[in-house]
Amino acid sequence: MPRRVSPRWFLSAAMLVAAFLAAVGCAQTAPAPTPTTAAKPAATTAPGAPAATSAPQAAAPTAAAAAAPKEIKIGVLLPLSGGSASTGLDLKYANELAAEIVNGKYDLNMPLAKTEGLPNLGGAKVTLVFADHQGTPEKGQSEAERLVTQEKVVALFGCYQSSVTQTASQTAERLGVPFLNAESSSPGLTDRGLKFFFRTGPTDATFGKNLFDMLDDIQKQKNIKLKTVGIVNENTLYGTDANKLTKQYAQERGYQIVADIAYPANTSEVTSEVQRIKAANPDVLFQVSYTSDAILFMKTYKQLDVNPQGILAYGAGFVDPEFRKVLGKDSEFVITRAAWSPDIAQKKPLAKAIADMFRSKYGQDMTENSARDFTGMITLLDAINRAKSTDPKAIQAALAGTDIPGDQLIMSWPGVKFDDKGQNMHAQGINMQVSGGQYYTVWPFNAASKEIVWPRPKWADIK
Amino acid sequence: MPPPDFPVHERGNAQVTAELLVQTAVNGLLIGFVFSLVAVGLTLIFGMMEIVNFAHGEFLMMAMYASFWMWSLFALDPLVSLPISTLALVLLGIATYKLIIKRILNAPMLAQIFATFGLMVFLRSLAQFLWTPNFRVIQHSMVSDGRLELGGIFLGLPQLVAAAGAVISFAFIYWFVERTETGRALMATAEDRDAASLMGINSDRMFTLAWAIGSGCVGVAGALLSTFYYIQPEVGAVFGLTTFVVVALGGFGSIPGAFIAGLLVGLVQVMAGLFIAPSIKFAVVLAIYLLVVLLRPQGLLGKY
Repeated sequence: MPRRVSPRWFLSAAMLVAAFLAAVGCAQTAPAPTPTTAAKPAATTAPGAPAATSAPQAAAPTAAAAAAPKEIKIGVLLPLSGGSASTGLDLKYANELAAEIVNGKYDLNMPLAKTEGLPNLGGAKVTLVFADHQGTPEKGQSEAERLVTQEKVVALFGCYQSSVTQTASQTAERLGVPFLNAESSSPGLTDRGLKFFFRTGPTDATFGKNLFDMLDDIQKQKNIKLKTVGIVNENTLYGTDANKLTKQYAQERGYQIVADIAYPANTSEVTSEVQRIKAANPDVLFQVSYTSDAILFMKTYKQLDVNPQGILAYGAGFVDPEFRKVLGKDSEFVITRAAWSPDIAQKKPLAKAIADMFRSKYGQDMTENSARDFTGMITLLDAINRAKSTDPKAIQAALAGTDIPGDQLIMSWPGVKFDDKGQNMHAQGINMQVSGGQYYTVWPFNAASKEIVWPRPKWADIK
Repeated sequence: MPPPDFPVHERGNAQVTAELLVQTAVNGLLIGFVFSLVAVGLTLIFGMMEIVNFAHGEFLMMAMYASFWMWSLFALDPLVSLPISTLALVLLGIATYKLIIKRILNAPMLAQIFATFGLMVFLRSLAQFLWTPNFRVIQHSMVSDGRLELGGIFLGLPQLVAAAGAVISFAFIYWFVERTETGRALMATAEDRDAASLMGINSDRMFTLAWAIGSGCVGVAGALLSTFYYIQPEVGAVFGLTTFVVVALGGFGSIPGAFIAGLLVGLVQVMAGLFIAPSIKFAVVLAIYLLVVLLRPQGLLGKY
């Protein structure tokens, strides 16, 4: 049955077309965004307006001709509230310190320390714009969008939790903005093959292998045989990937997996999880937890008297300063994988200088998390400096060509150099153990500053 | 009971199935008591004036911080400072009623939701602003590291004390509501506000009392929780959601309902985690809730 075109329908359609034409018209006449802040121009025009393709062409020649910017804005996404907020604060301090060193004049053998600001950009100062993603991927995504489109940052940095880094970096890729990650360890992040994503820190593939290599060395040295393995992990990207890798390594090396427990993060009790572990009684327990859960698990292990020969953690909550502060002696003998350890400061003068600065400024010690962020931020700023421009493609090319030698890093890595997937091929890890309230490198054995304590003393014997 | 379907490594000091079961059940009940106590405050308030206090979890957080600061600054054990935390929360509850809730009693529901939701956000952010997002833990309190062992079952002392405190609080509230004049006036106002005021019961005073008692319960719960749980600005969210489930499951406005539902939720949560998988323990809790709501919309013991 043919429908009569009602006046109302016609009016709505007319209004829609008028609005569309108006949007197109506005997009064409809008001035290109000020070239000093290099967010891709397409992001600021009305979405879907076909005139968008003409706007970048108008902007590009003006960008090249523009004077050097006075201020370089970097968007930093961190968990400044939520269960990992104490880590977020630790990371914020590290980034602030890096920016301060770059903006000021310091006699240190590392990139951009001896000059004020970014020399190739006329001494432009670095401004960090912090955003709190609260540990949720959705917030990470929306904050990344806001930082690029409204704050006009030239690059993004973050986000700590792998699940948040995943969404935020996808947003960055879509908007064509470089994203540098220093401390998320899920291997999948670089396997995506994103053009604008770069990671300076090691992945859990490296970390996991280190933990298992350490178990091999322990068994050889102490002449024991470890047969069973248990895995407890939080159930976001970080925990799930670490679980997969641990299971893979365990199966490859002939261990029997007797407990495989994924739990929801930020829970009020972990009774059932710990009960299952206790029933399974593994020789070695692998734990992948953020701060609040790490503390809760350790307390419950003590309460229910769970005594594996070793508790091996994948960093995160276990290296948060709160972990040792809150648990006190109950945190002793935990072993964790790490990218950096405080005792590296004893061997490397640059590391000592930075660690001392961190301590005197913020009243707490640098951790392997903050060390990674510091290194990552310096890498990013060095790349922007070498790019000699704030154009995203130039920064991306500069990042791809990064080659910072190991002696200019506070890490014990041979250097920073990205492979074709954006992963730092020189990123390495060590394993450390809590002893007397501090973390010490215990593996590789030839780089250890303290001998490893294995097996872990029973709870009753930890005084 | 069939043995659990995960591999149990029979070696050394591996647990026997029955013992594992009892241990888990006991732990579930102990945390369930705490859920009940937190929930009874919420159910009282809702039963009285049909306002959902979204900031209830944040009240709990405030109580925990109160205990913490008294321990940290004045070296008062949380159990000793419990009356002070409770009083502080009673005052907070009364202040909330008089300054915020009273004005929105007759407002559209959306306004009421926004008011308490806004209070929740405000309190959470205030705590983070004043006290940083870092974790606080009360160490070496009277009961902190204590542990009882009864026939191979470990009972954490702080959890046991918390459960005892919850039971005592419940007994007190039950006595108050059933046996005292004021308590009965409270229930009368909850049942029919207008009829009660026709009988000479001042609704405003009853509402204030409801908020005072509701917040007082949370004050007790917070003080007890602070002996074994970490304290941080977001801790309200962790318990808040469970509290709503408990209240809805037990029936809005029913005090015995909140008690039973709290225990049930605690038990189901740990058992589901043990027998099915820890990653879906909340899903099972909510599934049970859905079932009850479908079969009995007013909750287990609800009247309204």
